[in-house]
Amino acid sequence: METLKIIGAFITLAGSVFLLLGSIGLIRMPDVFTRIQVGTKASTLGTILSLFGIGLMFTEIAGKIFLLIIFILITNPVSSHMLARAAHYIGVKKADITVVDKLSEFREKQPENNAQKPEAE
Amino acid sequence: MANTILQIAGGIMLLSLVLSLYRFFRAGSLVDRVISFDIMTIISISMIAMITYTSGRAIYIDVALIYGLLSFLGVVIVARYLEKSL
Amino acid sequence: MRIKSFLILTITLFTIWVILNGKLTPEVLLTGGLVAIVVSLLFCRTCEVFTEIRLTPKAVLYSVLYVFVFMRELVKSNLDVAGRVVSPKLPINPGFVEVKTKLHSKIGRMILANSITLTPGTLTVEINDDRLFIHWIDVQGGNIEKDTEMIVQTFEKYLEVIYG
Repeated sequence: METLKIIGAFITLAGSVFLLLGSIGLIRMPDVFTRIQVGTKASTLGTILSLFGIGLMFTEIAGKIFLLIIFILITNPVSSHMLARAAHYIGVKKADITVVDKLSEFREKQPENNAQKPEAE
Repeated sequence: MANTILQIAGGIMLLSLVLSLYRFFRAGSLVDRVISFDIMTIISISMIAMITYTSGRAIYIDVALIYGLLSFLGVVIVARYLEKSL
Repeated sequence: MRIKSFLILTITLFTIWVILNGKLTPEVLLTGGLVAIVVSLLFCRTCEVFTEIRLTPKAVLYSVLYVFVFMRELVKSNLDVAGRVVSPKLPINPGFVEVKTKLHSKIGRMILANSITLTPGTLTVEINDDRLFIHWIDVQGGNIEKDTEMIVQTFEKYLEVIYG
C-alpha cells in the first residue's frame, strides 16, 4: 500500500514537471501558434500524469479520475484547435521565422467561403 | 515520504502557475491571454486533485470535473466570438 | 441505422453515470437508465455520427491497438516538445502545411484531427472536406504527398479500418 502511494507521488511529480515545461514554453515561444502547440501538448500529458498518480494514491476516486482524464483528452485538442483557427482567422501576427503558410493561400482563393464557414458547420 | 514528494510537486505546479500568469499579463494579443488562462485552468485541475488527496475528501474531485467542463466551454465561446459567429 | 446511434449514446451515457455514482444500487441504475434513454431520444432524432462506427471484431481490435499507438505518440510528442523548450537555441521552424486524408466519415476525421493535434509538433488549424491545414513546429516535407505521409499515415491505417 505504501509503495503504491510512493509510485503515485512520483508519477504526480513527473506530471508537474511537464506542466512546468509547458509554462516555460509559453514564455519562450515567439508567436501565438507555437505557444498553443507547446501549451496544449505539455499540459495535456502533465495533467494526465498528475491525475493518474493521484488516482493510484486515492483509489476511492479512481473512477472519476478516469472520467476526467478521458474528458481532458477529448476537450483539450478541440479547444486548442478552435483557438488556433480563431487566431489565424483574425490575422494574429505570425513569427518572422514562419517558413510556409498554405492556409492563407487557401483562404485568399475563396474569400466568400471564408465568411460563411462558421455557420456551415 | 509520499507526502514530501507531493509537496514538491505542488511547489512545481505553483511555479508553473506563476509563469503562466506572467504571460497572461505580458500578452501580445487577446489569444495569448486566452491560452495562458486555459493552461492556468489545467494546472488548477491537477492542484484540485492533489488537494482532494491531502484533505481526504472525495467530494472535491467533482469540483475539478466541473471546472474542466466550464473552462472548455469558456475557451470555445471566446474562439467563436473571435470568429464573429457567436 | 438510427437504432445503432441511439444504443451507442444510451450505453455511453449510462456508463458515465454509473462511474460518476460509483455504486450499483437499484435506484441509481433505474434513474440513470431512464435519464439516459430520454436524453438519447431527445438528442438522437437526427444524429448520424455514430452510425459510421463499425462493430466488427477487426474494428474493435484496431480500436484497442489505436489507443496504444496514440499513447506512444503522445509521450513521444511531449518529450519532443520538452526538448525544444529547454534547449537554449529554441530549434523551431514553424509553418502551415496542407495534408489530405482518405477518411470519409465525419467522426473518423474528427478523431484524426484530434490525434494530429496531440502528436509531435503538429496542430490542426482548419479542416475543409479532405484537406487538413496543419501548423507544424518543425517543417520538413515540402509538398502535400510528403507531408501527408509524415503526419497522417500513422493513424490513418487504424482509423480506416474502424470508421472507413
